[in-house]
Amino acid sequence: MEGAWLRFALRVWAAGILLFLFIPIGLVIVYAFNVSTIQSWPIPGVTLKWFGQTWQDPEVRRALLLSVEAGLMATAVALVLGSMAAFAIHRFQFFGREVISFALVLPLALPGIITGMSLNSFFAFNQITFSLWTIVIGHATFCIVIVYNNVLARLRRTSSSLMEAAMDLGASGWRSFVDVTFPLISTALVAGALLAFALSFDEVIVTTFTAGAQNTLPLWIFGAIRLGQRLPEVNVVVFFVILITIVPVVIASRLSGGGAAGRVEAVAAAEEV
Amino acid sequence: MTVGALARERPAGRVTRVQALLWRRSWMRAALLLGPGLTWFVVIYLASLVLLLITAFWQINPFTTAIERVWNIDNFRTLVTDGTYRLIILRTIALAAAVTITDAVLAFPFAYYMARVASRRVQTALFAAVLLPLWASYLARVYAWILILNHDGVLNWSLLLLHLPPASLGYTNWAMWIVFSYIWLPFMIIPTYAALERIPQSYLEAAADLGARQGQTTWDIILPLALPGIVAGSIFTFSLTLGDYVTPLLVGGAGSSFIGNVVYGNVGIAHNIPFAAALAVVPVAVMALYLLGARRLGAFEAM
Repeated sequence: MEGAWLRFALRVWAAGILLFLFIPIGLVIVYAFNVSTIQSWPIPGVTLKWFGQTWQDPEVRRALLLSVEAGLMATAVALVLGSMAAFAIHRFQFFGREVISFALVLPLALPGIITGMSLNSFFAFNQITFSLWTIVIGHATFCIVIVYNNVLARLRRTSSSLMEAAMDLGASGWRSFVDVTFPLISTALVAGALLAFALSFDEVIVTTFTAGAQNTLPLWIFGAIRLGQRLPEVNVVVFFVILITIVPVVIASRLSGGGAAGRVEAVAAAEEV
Repeated sequence: MTVGALARERPAGRVTRVQALLWRRSWMRAALLLGPGLTWFVVIYLASLVLLLITAFWQINPFTTAIERVWNIDNFRTLVTDGTYRLIILRTIALAAAVTITDAVLAFPFAYYMARVASRRVQTALFAAVLLPLWASYLARVYAWILILNHDGVLNWSLLLLHLPPASLGYTNWAMWIVFSYIWLPFMIIPTYAALERIPQSYLEAAADLGARQGQTTWDIILPLALPGIVAGSIFTFSLTLGDYVTPLLVGGAGSSFIGNVVYGNVGIAHNIPFAAALAVVPVAVMALYLLGARRLGAFEAM
């Protein structure tokens, strides 16, 4: 269809976009090994010394611990509530079903500052002091959507006749869920959990409004970049955060057959119902 | 049968009865499944949103900064009459629009290549390659651009190699434009690709049979059919830019405040939550209008 020249031009364009997407990420990884405390290019030499120093930094450790705790708890809440909601929306027809499925993606579709700001005034209004729990509540609100979406997508692809067959053979509703439905959706649950954790681990905007005086790892990075302090450590933490956020996503997309795109698909799923 | 056996039998019977009841009355199961998630959602999230909207019509005591529940529209009046806020709102919307257009221009040829030129294998690889940066930490990607645009960064180093004068893009609106366009680009590529992939090959063959040239086919057939996808992507690029305040804070300069920055400042430092709430209503209202427009262009079917 397309002429040879056009194909060539498109190929060049695609290569250019790929470079544009990946050069910054590659670069920031290189800076983690920068021997100098001054962040200029080209880096004068390569070292691993910042890795040790960063690992020893008590502030970084505390922030990392808080991020992991908040991420795990938000993921746990999201797994339970998100998959239950997905089952209900998938299995039943009821009044207001479309409205609910649309409302569920609001936390991802609305700008993060709205979610953060409104949770902040909600906590202030109810005189709830900021703690790990307020962070978890903020994160779970958008993590639920990720799990909901992954499970719903899988349920749509699995035939309900399998479950009916199990029940015809005498299995109770619970039994057929444990032996048939759960194994079928288990990888979707894992994928959803990994994506939810990655999203929580990287969240800045909602967290700044719900964390109070504590620092999660992204908040620590944010603060350090703003003040221009301890940039060698920032380089290492950023390198580490890239790994932590990318690895689960690679695993998740393997598990769900390439369907775990997250946000884009989340909104798409709501519109399909 | 012993009494003991009967006793052991009973709880199981009750479970079965509950299950049977749940099976007959499916709305009960639906309510049980949906209840907890929905309660969470309504009690925490929706209540917060409504509260935010209500707070916007209150005010604070200027001396104690305590919230006074006096109904008024002074916050909104300030937004409209004060030139500073008008400028900030305008800057935010203008930059969000510029980023959206830039991403659409960057994404379209790439998505076209992905959907209609690349082989299956390349297509899958490209899809993964677009998604990966989307998930790699947001802050890491903003930080990468600080390093690049910085005075001694890669950009000026490359310009020097090409014997060009150094640029000083760091901490300007240009820097924000570049960083936002970079960060949200995958959000534009994916829906555009999805829309392009769905165009039947026969349409293009028909156009060619009727004597249309490549440019004409692109303009009259491919672009209109891809438009819902582009609009779908623009919802993300526009909304995410509109609500951001981290990037303006990190790569923007002195005159780069966004709606989000003023909201953040009013929540954290000035403690004027009613005014912050009124300001936060602006992006919501803009997005609502945008979504209405997008719906008319068929963006929701394209996602």
